[in-house]
Amino acid sequence: MEKFTQLDGLVVPLDRANVDTDAIIPKQFLKSIKRSGFGPNLFDEWRYLDHGEPGQDHSKRPLNPDFVLNLPRYRGASIMLTRDNFGCGSSREHAPWALLDFGIRALVGTSFADIFFNNCFKNGLLPITLPAAEVDELFRQCTAQAGYRLRIDLDAQTVTRPDGKVLRFDVEPFRKYCLLNGLDDIGLTLRHADKIREFEARRRLEQPWLFGQ
Amino acid sequence: MGAQTLYDKLWSSHIVHQEEDGTVLLYIDRHLVHEVTSPQAFEGLKLAGRRPWRLGANLAVADHNVPTTDRANGIDDPVSRLQVETLDRNCEEFGITEFRMNDVRQGIVHVIGPEQGATLPGMTVVCGDSHTSTHGAFACLAFGIGTSEVEHVLATQTLLAKKAKSMLVRVEGPLQKGVSAKDVILAVIGKIGTAGGTGYAIEFGGSTIRALSMEGRMTLCNMAIEAGARSGMVAVDDTTIDYIKGRPFAPAGEQWERAVAYWRTLKSDEGARFDRVVELDAARIEPQVTWGTSPEMVTAIDGMVPDPALESDPVRREGMERALQYMGLVPRTPITAVGVDKVFIGSCTNSRIEDLRAAAAVVKGRQVAGNVKLAMVVPGSGLVKAQAEQEGLDRIFRAAGFEWREPGCSMCLAMNADRLEPGERCASTSNRNFEGRQGPGGRTHLVSPEMAAAAAIAGHFVDVRNML
Repeated sequence: MEKFTQLDGLVVPLDRANVDTDAIIPKQFLKSIKRSGFGPNLFDEWRYLDHGEPGQDHSKRPLNPDFVLNLPRYRGASIMLTRDNFGCGSSREHAPWALLDFGIRALVGTSFADIFFNNCFKNGLLPITLPAAEVDELFRQCTAQAGYRLRIDLDAQTVTRPDGKVLRFDVEPFRKYCLLNGLDDIGLTLRHADKIREFEARRRLEQPWLFGQ
Repeated sequence: MGAQTLYDKLWSSHIVHQEEDGTVLLYIDRHLVHEVTSPQAFEGLKLAGRRPWRLGANLAVADHNVPTTDRANGIDDPVSRLQVETLDRNCEEFGITEFRMNDVRQGIVHVIGPEQGATLPGMTVVCGDSHTSTHGAFACLAFGIGTSEVEHVLATQTLLAKKAKSMLVRVEGPLQKGVSAKDVILAVIGKIGTAGGTGYAIEFGGSTIRALSMEGRMTLCNMAIEAGARSGMVAVDDTTIDYIKGRPFAPAGEQWERAVAYWRTLKSDEGARFDRVVELDAARIEPQVTWGTSPEMVTAIDGMVPDPALESDPVRREGMERALQYMGLVPRTPITAVGVDKVFIGSCTNSRIEDLRAAAAVVKGRQVAGNVKLAMVVPGSGLVKAQAEQEGLDRIFRAAGFEWREPGCSMCLAMNADRLEPGERCASTSNRNFEGRQGPGGRTHLVSPEMAAAAAIAGHFVDVRNML
């Protein structure tokens, strides 16, 4: 997993509540057996005017000029502002894969769906939750100023606005530690292999029916 | 120790290790695997030179991509075929039990787990699919995971997790005739919203829930995720134990007695404290129909399409306007005036035998309306299909003009060939009415099997209570 420490990035505002994972990456692209290449199909149904299928040359497809990701001023954005319940719906990890492949490294919003939130941390994508009033203000500023950027410091747990105002955010210490160091969960967990074996042996005695097949 | 909730008991009995910040290494008893979210996990395992920790914990099936029409010639779409073949190959290579496409036990992963007795009370059950919450109906701690976590479970038999808050949804009293578990959960989502359960594990309790069959409880827990909760659960009682008895993966003999004694403890203690309690009066729950593009956009059958002008919150108002535009609906239209083009009875929410019986009871002796282009029934598994055929349900559906298909996820998410065309409107027993979910431009209205059957006959939404 790629480390996340600090990020100074252009911000794109996605001003919709309940953005679901079907919208983030439509199901036809989930047929891929790979982890990469989902970026061109991020928000496919909103981003393009035609219907997308896997294997197309997406650079030749007609873009929806009104969709925020297509506006020239947001080209190259690495931070996305989001509204309530972003990432609701399915457990597809293709959603954070698509966001990352597109170039988004951090999300700043009011709330995220549980599974999506979890999936982000497994991939080095940082979802930041801030109070509604602060997020509202970020949307206002971002829409008003071309080239609006934010500075994110994971170690300090801060988001710094261009006007110098510093917003603090919470993150679970263990997730933070893994993200800062780009640590692979499996490797960390296997340090406890003996404990897992011990737990399993006890369980096998107490509830043998769980180990029948 | 004080009074514990069911969730407390399930959580604490699976802790292998705890970090300082409360992050827990949670032991996983059952891992269900399907073709869409597993290929990258198997690849990761291979690249790292790892093997599955405990083979017997895993059970695999292909369900999302499989055709529901004739399967003799395999899958037409080469991309879908490759994904299913990749699962077959991975299971073969690692030695994981898989029900292949033409095995009678094949079906939707959340239907076959309980059907096989592979889902047992007290287990932690995970799968790379958000509707894993379904298995909580058996007093399991069951939740959906991403592909990285699929790999983590395969490699370590554990997951890193933080304890959620607890919510009790208590429903009391008898349901009206024609009102089902689907209506209960849609009413719950209408009440608390699609983010109402975010950060919570929901326990469903009360006399209404106790009176539900296991099929009904699975429908309820299945859509806990649509209320934002990663897991939903119901305590063990006789209904649970009767359902499990004799199933292929269930214990037998002396182990059965021991298991039952333990399972009986899987309920919240008297006086256990929940972080939030939501109460519903069953008598007041009417048949539900969603009108928008989020499951919380729901109303009773005698309601109307709402008017965004009356919504004071600007983000919500804009969401409603966008939903109505997508759905092609005008504010204040009575729900019963909304016609349907297609009807889909199926999905991990409502494709079990009881769902098919309920729909067939409405359909029996009637005909699908002329304006309905396609009405289809997709049983949840090969065994559900066989059971339904034994009971003659297939003949009832076919005689009425329904198509009777092979099992799979089908038009719930349209990864196979079953889908809506742009602008088509569907009465669907599935779980998500998101934009494009059932096909690009498709318009989904979530309903119960009874209500879907009634809409197929009437050609528009109609109160099934008047048809019973």
